[in-house]
Amino acid sequence: MILYFLCFVLFLVGLYGVITRRNVIKIVLGICIMEYSINLLLILIGYVHDGVAPIIVKGSAETNFVDPLPQAMVLTVIVIGLATTAMLLAIAIRVYRKHGTFDIREIKNLKG
Amino acid sequence: MTGMTNIVKTVTRIIGGVVFLFGLYIVTHGHLSPGGGFAGGTIIAGAFILLVLAYGDNIMHLRRIKEESSALENIAIFCILIMAAVGFLLGTKVFFNNFLPIGTAGQLISAGIIPLFNILIGIEVAAALFTIFLAFVIFKEEEK
Amino acid sequence: MSALIPFFVILPLAGAFAIPVFSGYWKNMGKVLTPILMLMLLALSVMFFFRDSAVFVYYVGGWELINGVPVGIQFVVDGLSVLMLSIINMMAFFASFFSISYLKKFTGDKYFYALFCLMVAGMNGVVITGDLFNMFIFLEIAVISSYALVAFGIEREELEASFKYQVLGGLASLLVLLGIVVLYWKTGSLNIADISRVLKQEGSSPSLLFIQILFIAGFGLKAAMIPFHAWLPDAHSSAPAPISAMLSGVLIKAVGVYAIMRLFFNMFELTYEMSMLILVIGTISMVGGVFLAIGQWDFKRLLAYHSISQMGYVFLGLGMGMVILSVNGNKAVAVMAIAGGLYHMVNHAVFKGLLFLNSGAVEYKTGTRMLKELGGLSENMPLTSTSSFGASMAISGIPPFNGFFSKLLIIIAAVQGQFYLMAALAVLVSIITLASFMKVHRYAFSGNLRFKDLKKFGEAPFSMLFSMLVLAGLCLLLSLLIIPVFRDIFLTPAVNDLMNLLNYSQPIIGV
Repeated sequence: MILYFLCFVLFLVGLYGVITRRNVIKIVLGICIMEYSINLLLILIGYVHDGVAPIIVKGSAETNFVDPLPQAMVLTVIVIGLATTAMLLAIAIRVYRKHGTFDIREIKNLKG
Repeated sequence: MTGMTNIVKTVTRIIGGVVFLFGLYIVTHGHLSPGGGFAGGTIIAGAFILLVLAYGDNIMHLRRIKEESSALENIAIFCILIMAAVGFLLGTKVFFNNFLPIGTAGQLISAGIIPLFNILIGIEVAAALFTIFLAFVIFKEEEK
Repeated sequence: MSALIPFFVILPLAGAFAIPVFSGYWKNMGKVLTPILMLMLLALSVMFFFRDSAVFVYYVGGWELINGVPVGIQFVVDGLSVLMLSIINMMAFFASFFSISYLKKFTGDKYFYALFCLMVAGMNGVVITGDLFNMFIFLEIAVISSYALVAFGIEREELEASFKYQVLGGLASLLVLLGIVVLYWKTGSLNIADISRVLKQEGSSPSLLFIQILFIAGFGLKAAMIPFHAWLPDAHSSAPAPISAMLSGVLIKAVGVYAIMRLFFNMFELTYEMSMLILVIGTISMVGGVFLAIGQWDFKRLLAYHSISQMGYVFLGLGMGMVILSVNGNKAVAVMAIAGGLYHMVNHAVFKGLLFLNSGAVEYKTGTRMLKELGGLSENMPLTSTSSFGASMAISGIPPFNGFFSKLLIIIAAVQGQFYLMAALAVLVSIITLASFMKVHRYAFSGNLRFKDLKKFGEAPFSMLFSMLVLAGLCLLLSLLIIPVFRDIFLTPAVNDLMNLLNYSQPIIGV
């Protein structure tokens, strides 16, 4: 059970990073950490004690498979996370080129 | 962008092809073992990224490669849609209909259209990742 | 007819990948193809209004039920989905037609159209899918393309707005994903109808409360309800005008309000606490948004804050319906509140989309959107000014425009359901909205000309005018939805599908 709670703790670590860090790149890393914590939780949910990989092999009568659906979901989430991270980094680089800084306290033209 | 030292170049020359072949193996055996289009595609993209990092290239050439890989990516996705539409037209009006013979499980050529989709997804993922990498590289080169 | 359902996703997806490839051979590909595709989708979604069966189910890949358990992804089109589909594709058509002229200022328009098609594909997917994880994927497709579209101008402000939007949007997506994961852990299923069956057997528990809070926070961030609203004014005012119209008009509805409605009415059992939470958040957004809006001098920023306020009306209507249903109150009042909320959602898409297109036309012609620098535009752009006047009257709730009737429905429902405070606040907010739009007209459209070289300003180009005038006509025409004949075709099926759980789950899993 402790493992599941550690996933939530990891999620909160990422959230803490997003909220408190001032550096654009560190904010991106915080979002990545949150995403990986969810992936970890998904894999843990799909785990069955003493389960084997869910591949049907001819001649084997194994039925105690781990749940394959969370694994498919994790792959999809990784793909989506790749798109999000690439997009965030692309914007971060462009922000750096326009503003000359990674500090979000100095990037605040928009307000009100 | 400049390349790296001779040691890196030599090691890359030896490893690059092996990595590429391993990616192809993962893609083509996607319906038999863990892996498949996405995992294999990232490995293939890794082989190309390794080559660019080790040997370097001038920016005009990189731009042209990026255009080409971007077009390849779009074409791969388009082929997936066309194959799905073929499944729609043949038979039961369902997209992604598996219209090819299933074959026997465990054989390399089996499972109908799933290996074809794996190969197309492999091309798509490899091209997309390589495009993203090249976009960042070109962006950095322009700054100089 | 159910075989037609995947075309809502396939057609814009094919457009999105065909446009960058073939633009090399034919430069105007995106310009021509996108409006045609959107028109086809609009025709398809209107066709579904006159359908012969209440709910259509499509099994993706042909994976049907096995022993009554769904094993594949299902696309479901019911009354609510059809309503959302028609709003999305209608606004997409007008926005894409508007951008034909608007995009002359930008370079790289093939990427604009490709991302636009991708965003529409994502939103259509969110609305038709019956599977939670699939909903998350389509939601990400829609919002990632919208991140890129917000930054399309790549200037300082666009990039800053897009970065804020991405960080908060990414946070929202992850909260939604965590909710889905915990729900899968609890129920072992991803199908919305199947989950509702499992939850009904298990009854309520603390973990269910946790999931509901995650979903409200996640989708509330996407819908920019007031504690979560910080990104919306930046993102919506920095984007190109047709994209602002799409974001404000439909994106926050498709990925925010629709998801909350679908999950809380059709999946979870309604509880008093959650209903009250949604009602309170709606009320705060309604009041707070308008007070933030009234001090703005940037035309698009003002409109963006009004979006928060008007979405508050939608949540107010839905929340009242949920509260009344959860305490087993008067069903007729609940029906009226929910119908009012849905009706206001349709109306808001039309008039807020129109107002953003107006601001785009003004910016296209004058190069500024600060109200203090504008003035006297009604002489130079009479048609733009007229359509903007119509939309302003509609958003402030002046009869005979459509906004009046939807607000009337919500207020009557509030009085009958004994939410007197909410009713009074709704009237008050409506008056402040009117004042704020009077300010816009006083400074931008009437008064003295503040430009010296006014001769070069004329009326906006044809493609802009066409979109704006048709939408202005719709502002008047949609008030017909209050008449029972039309209401029974367009609104009542959606309300029925929300009110009765069985309407939704029966055709999918048979229980």
